[in-house]
Amino acid sequence: MTATIEPEVGKSRRRKEDERLITGRTRWTDNITLPGMLHMAVLRSPFAHARITSIDTAAAKGAPGVIAVYTARDLDPDSSIGMPCAWPITPDMKAPRRPVLAADQVNFAGEGVAVVVARSSAEAHDALEEIDVDYEELPVVLDMEAALAEGAPLVHEELGTNKNALWVFDSGEAGTGGSVEDAISSSEVVVKRRFRQQRLIPAFMEPRACVVDPTSTQITVWSATQVPHILRVMSALTLGIPEHKLRVIAPDVGGGFGGKIGVLPEEMMSLIVAQKLGKPVKWNESRSETMLAAHHGRDQIQDITVSANADGTVTGLKVELLADLGAYNGLVGPGVPILGAFMFNAIYKFPAYHFACTNVFTTTTLTDAYRGAGRPEATFAVERIMDELADELGMDPLELREKNWIKHEEFPFTTVCGLTYDSGNYEAATAKAKQLFDYDGLRAEQAKRRASNDKVQLGIGISTFTEMCGLAPSRVLGSLAYGAGGWEHAAIRMLPTGKVEVITGSSAHGQGHETVWSQIVSDQLGVAFEDVEVIHGDTASSHKGLDTYGSRSLVVGGVAVIKAAEKVIAKARPFAAHLLECSEDDLEFSGGKFTVKGTDTSTTLADVALAVFFAHNVPEGVETSLDSEAVFDPENFSFPHGTHLCAAEVDTETGAIRLRSYVCVDDVGVAVNPLIVEGQVHGGLAQGIAQALFEGTVHDESGTLTTGTFADYLLPSAADLPSFTTARTETPSTTNPLGAKGVGEAGTIASTPAVVNAVIDAVRHFGVNDIEMPLTPMRVWSAIQGGAR
Amino acid sequence: MRITVTVDGTQYTDDVEPRTLLVHHLRERLGKVGTVVGCDTSNCGACTVHLDGHSVKSCSVLAVQADGCEVTTIEGLAREGKLHPVQQAFHDNHALQCGFCTPGMIMQSIDLLADNPDPDEEAVRQGLEGNLCRCTGYQNIVRAVRDAAQHMSPGAGPEAERITETKHVGVGGD
Repeated sequence: MTATIEPEVGKSRRRKEDERLITGRTRWTDNITLPGMLHMAVLRSPFAHARITSIDTAAAKGAPGVIAVYTARDLDPDSSIGMPCAWPITPDMKAPRRPVLAADQVNFAGEGVAVVVARSSAEAHDALEEIDVDYEELPVVLDMEAALAEGAPLVHEELGTNKNALWVFDSGEAGTGGSVEDAISSSEVVVKRRFRQQRLIPAFMEPRACVVDPTSTQITVWSATQVPHILRVMSALTLGIPEHKLRVIAPDVGGGFGGKIGVLPEEMMSLIVAQKLGKPVKWNESRSETMLAAHHGRDQIQDITVSANADGTVTGLKVELLADLGAYNGLVGPGVPILGAFMFNAIYKFPAYHFACTNVFTTTTLTDAYRGAGRPEATFAVERIMDELADELGMDPLELREKNWIKHEEFPFTTVCGLTYDSGNYEAATAKAKQLFDYDGLRAEQAKRRASNDKVQLGIGISTFTEMCGLAPSRVLGSLAYGAGGWEHAAIRMLPTGKVEVITGSSAHGQGHETVWSQIVSDQLGVAFEDVEVIHGDTASSHKGLDTYGSRSLVVGGVAVIKAAEKVIAKARPFAAHLLECSEDDLEFSGGKFTVKGTDTSTTLADVALAVFFAHNVPEGVETSLDSEAVFDPENFSFPHGTHLCAAEVDTETGAIRLRSYVCVDDVGVAVNPLIVEGQVHGGLAQGIAQALFEGTVHDESGTLTTGTFADYLLPSAADLPSFTTARTETPSTTNPLGAKGVGEAGTIASTPAVVNAVIDAVRHFGVNDIEMPLTPMRVWSAIQGGAR
Repeated sequence: MRITVTVDGTQYTDDVEPRTLLVHHLRERLGKVGTVVGCDTSNCGACTVHLDGHSVKSCSVLAVQADGCEVTTIEGLAREGKLHPVQQAFHDNHALQCGFCTPGMIMQSIDLLADNPDPDEEAVRQGLEGNLCRCTGYQNIVRAVRDAAQHMSPGAGPEAERITETKHVGVGGD
């Protein structure tokens, strides 16, 4: 007897996580209070580049409530501690030591110089004011091209250069395609553009924080981090604490977006200070502090050359990048542009491709992963240049894309940089998007407004994107010199009452793992959704994991859960056969039941779990446990794609932009929970649109970040954004058993060029072919004035 | 200074430094850590609570200003195990992801609905302008507030905190 049970995968389950979050029963790191806990505050450099000539901490030490004040000399007397970089992209990459606290020189405004530990956070912050630091200012290095010029002031004098590394891929040399130089010299049309990817601030809503408790045999670290497992191993390696003496917990974490992927000097300071004092220590930061000191994202100068035949067939793509790393190498910062290297060719059949990226040190805050990490930059450049090429050719930009994209019957398709895209259907996503958007109707309206010289002009922006997700096949990461694997771990514990605990190495911070993993396990084991508990983010319960970034959780971590569930069933089988007095071969498992084939004799997995718990009546020689664990290492990336269409109205008299409609059709493969998928797309769109229209850091000539608060850095509110029309096509990934592709970054990657293309399209007839992001009304108005024909 | 504040129905009397912000009093002295701090410029709204029935950013109010007042935080909304309709609507409409902005967003939404019991999309967007969310793109928050409006009886001030309809209960279902 097999009951028909509606599968959980595919259901828009409301989230299990919500209950504690909507009632305020949350455990943010800053909520944690321990007996005897002290508070640490960090004094930060106000200068972007300066020598420290003296630090006087005497007054601070005597301030009310102060327990200790430490400088670099106290925390790291031998100057031997260096913050880790796990991605040395070339053998000769420059790797200046990044200290926990600056000793002799500060290299960006916000770098830590001293710490105060006090009985309260307020007292610690008050005492910071009492520390007297003498600085001797050094010339700042803010502009990437100036930084590379002969005789430029150097961020790190000892390196003799501001160049971090040059990383090159050439399809001719790699044997994956032709020579770009040949393509450019022999093609009928060549378009070259320089695009600026401005620097962004991830701006997760919960500022960073950590608490270190050194009072047990294991030192426990709570941190508002995306990467508790990576933090554990890196803390051990960085500070020489034996790894088994460290327990790291990421409790409820309020967003990350890549911004909490780092291993922080502040975490190391807290670890050192807590051990020195033998007391629990908490560090938390203000928003202004996080804006200045937590890593930033993007920041590239992109020189893009595309060549094509007169009929629009593309022949070559050349990408030359400058990427600003800030003052030091972040944990994976140097490799972020390299993640983009494989995505500039996007969904198009470029026969020749050349990519060269020069990473540059400047006297600014570090850059590292920010939602999309390398891929939004690539997608922006290629989708912008396709529009420019279409204009040059006098073609409809959608038609140009269609002419060059990989057709659905051509999958699997090996691209010009050697990646094999397993599946996709760009035609289907585009057709659906066009229909939802009323592409032809809007084009007609645009023509009408242009003909009547309407003061409000309409533009249509297109972004037909793909991305590589599911980071990542470990062997590929190895070939790129990445300092970790790309697998994920899961474990399942069968409890005697038939309830199930799932332990995942993928650490959630808003993505909904607890809900989605429950859905997966419910289907796999035939247990109720409510009977599954998902545990994550604590190295004591989840000893193994590689955490959450790069849209990897479901595609890698979710598959590990399936593999663990399969093992549970395999382990349950001999017990079921014993209970039913049949051969294992006669059993089939479905809907949580083992049934003797062709009969209605059955036993449930819950019954088996109880029998195993008692172990009174079990087969001989079989280990009495159903608990199982599994590691999944993907064979290939997954490749979500989609077509995003944006209609923007531009008031040509004021430069003001109104997003009139935004339609996106994403293909993320099988959606385990469509509601969560939609939510991820919404949030991604908001961040991508924010890059196009609102956000960007500004430094003054002395290197001070002048957009260091939410009053200066324009994070969009509900009033700044439109509603989006989202839809999906579903072309399953063939590289994992779920058929899922990942969705965390799609909206952010796709939307920025869609919006910018729309605005340019609205004002192109004024002679405008680019406007630097963010597209403020002033910039748009100036472009119209400057380009007016 | 000695102050007495009623928070989520319980009266607390404490000596506080005059400079103490209400949010720090709530979090550090009273243990009301459901209310969070997201910025230091009063822009993000994560710390929004109700002071005598009206929403305030508790980072912009001194604890001494709340002397003799009633404060409702996110922790005091659900009554007898029943979620407030706005909490329920946030759950039903997937209006949160990381959930850090959610306490403030819910408290502000209740205030908004007290002023305008049936807001259109534009009114919700304008009414929540002072509360930032980085995860959701706001679309489902707007949806949730409009959905909640259908489950609340109109009324300003503390009335808006009252649960009058209990059509939905609990979380985790579909």
